[in-house]
Amino acid sequence: MLVRFFLLLKSAGVPATITELMTLLEALAHGLGEASAERFYHLARTCLVKDERYYDRFDRVFAAHFKGAEDIFAHLSRELPPDWLEKILVRDLTEEEKVQVQALGGWDELMETLKKRLEEQQERHQGGNKWIGTAGTSPFGAYGYNPEGVRVGQNGSRNRSAVKVWDKREFANLDDGVELGTRNMKLALRKLRKFARRGAPTELALPETIDATARSGGWLDIKMVPERHNVVKVLLLLDIGGSMDDHVRTCEELFSAARSEFKHLEHFYFHNCPYEALWRDNRRRFREHVGTVEVMRTYASDYKLIFVGDATMSPYEIVHPGGSVEHWNEEAGRVWLERLTRAYPRFAWINPRPEAHWRQTPSVEIIQDVLAGRMYPLTLSGLDAAIDALSSTGAPLR
Amino acid sequence: MAAVNAAMVLSRPLLIKGEPGTGKTLLAAEIARSLGKPLYEWHIKSTTKAQQGLYEYDAVSRLRDSQLGDPRVKDIRNYIIKGSLWEAFECEVHPVLLIDEIDKADIEFPNDLLRELDRMEFFVYETRETICARHRSVIIITSNNEKELPDAFLRRCFFHYIRFPDEDTMTRIVDVHFPGLKRELLREALTTFFKVRETPGLKKKPTTSELLDWIKLLLAEDIPPEALRSDDSKKLIPPLYGALLKNEQDVHLFEQLLFLNRRNAR
Repeated sequence: MLVRFFLLLKSAGVPATITELMTLLEALAHGLGEASAERFYHLARTCLVKDERYYDRFDRVFAAHFKGAEDIFAHLSRELPPDWLEKILVRDLTEEEKVQVQALGGWDELMETLKKRLEEQQERHQGGNKWIGTAGTSPFGAYGYNPEGVRVGQNGSRNRSAVKVWDKREFANLDDGVELGTRNMKLALRKLRKFARRGAPTELALPETIDATARSGGWLDIKMVPERHNVVKVLLLLDIGGSMDDHVRTCEELFSAARSEFKHLEHFYFHNCPYEALWRDNRRRFREHVGTVEVMRTYASDYKLIFVGDATMSPYEIVHPGGSVEHWNEEAGRVWLERLTRAYPRFAWINPRPEAHWRQTPSVEIIQDVLAGRMYPLTLSGLDAAIDALSSTGAPLR
Repeated sequence: MAAVNAAMVLSRPLLIKGEPGTGKTLLAAEIARSLGKPLYEWHIKSTTKAQQGLYEYDAVSRLRDSQLGDPRVKDIRNYIIKGSLWEAFECEVHPVLLIDEIDKADIEFPNDLLRELDRMEFFVYETRETICARHRSVIIITSNNEKELPDAFLRRCFFHYIRFPDEDTMTRIVDVHFPGLKRELLREALTTFFKVRETPGLKKKPTTSELLDWIKLLLAEDIPPEALRSDDSKKLIPPLYGALLKNEQDVHLFEQLLFLNRRNAR
């Protein structure tokens, strides 16, 4: 009985392991959680779930599996904080769910089904996995996840190269790379640490002590050095909005990993391509600009510059003055990119789009050209390569 | 609580998460007190190494003693300083060990403790001996989610998330801390408190410990309950808000929201 429950949990995306199931069984053998259903529920949750993010999923599986005892478990179906659901709804689909979604059939079949469903459906719909609406796993609708989905009437993405109503979404292969959690990213970013000794001397300097002791004829002469601190400085420029919406989650992860890893981290946002102004707070992007020139003046050239963006735009946005989609830019994006990379010789561009897709977009090639090939995919190996590039000023290492 | 019982019976570490100020650390003290067992605390800082919880070898003072001809120098044991984990392992009764704020340490820290927590033993390199725990201790680990913990570590722990208490529970909590508190004051304080907590976009939401601090302040200043219902008074934000709101952006945001509400109400 518990094995089936365990498998159900796994398929619902709760990352429980066999060891944890064994622990639960061991606990039951010790007579814990026998007296009441509630006790059993708490015990099972304590053993199997190791992150509060998965509490909701656990609750749902638990409720579904132990049906028939509904009166005992009635209290389980209480409301959860809306922000948890929101997270799960928008971007927490698991691998299994994605596979399931993919299994709905090929493109042609999808079109057929869509026709049928359009005839069936009369009302507006949100969530769920069948009807056309928003934020669901149905292949039809907007803002949801389905690798072969059809976007119906979503006009929020004005900067995609093709704004069609029936466009095929292209992220079927986005997630089959290495899955990056913040922990993995932090481990990758750790390489960028640069230690320097600063402040009060608190550590024993062994070689100096031995040396000084030998010089003073065997009398102990202790030498101390200051502790090591991470002094690397990072300037992070993030592309936001438009085609970057698909990558919000990975970029957030990268950002939060960088946030906790570097003491000296400055970040600014740009849209598609950096021009004469950047902004720090996305909510006030139209009011509070910081001039790019000012940024270059404020942060010295020992900062390492990291762009994060998908570099997917119309080529005009890079090469022509006035090409920006948002405002009239006096100088072309290319000029600004060159200025930035001159000001910060240690730079890299991290692209959340899979590397295999880069060649399809001319703007990626142009930016690669401007940046001397220092564009890296947002995967573990890509980050490693990017960090190697950040440590040197010369030609890229690939 | 089921989680604590399970952790005690199977003697596995119990990982406690929850918003800051919901009493994670106090739980360990409470367990030790109710069991009548000694409590060993190990507070983690960003510079803490796993080794420091086991023992430290003070080579410098041994070197110094050797120069001064101190007889203690013959025995290396005199220079090994036991950490809180060692002390807990050596304890005669089942001790309670608190590893506080494990997420503050370096990202590799939990991995360095895997064997020690799993087998409850470790090897002292300097004296070539293995220290085994006499009794498997109850280990309570707290985390504020500042860093994600590695899976291998999580697998060895039990996990419990302390939910933020609702209004009824909160009333009971306050009752325990301030018996004989005036009913109206408590009601007004709680209303204000939950109103502040519900303000969207606060950087740091006030929690239980902040509420208790605030009530303590209100009592010390002898503020009447009416002052909290500041609908008609000129002051927009609650008195002594410094105990609840901890940065100037939050205070500013809260003021703005109250101002808007007031205007809409008219």
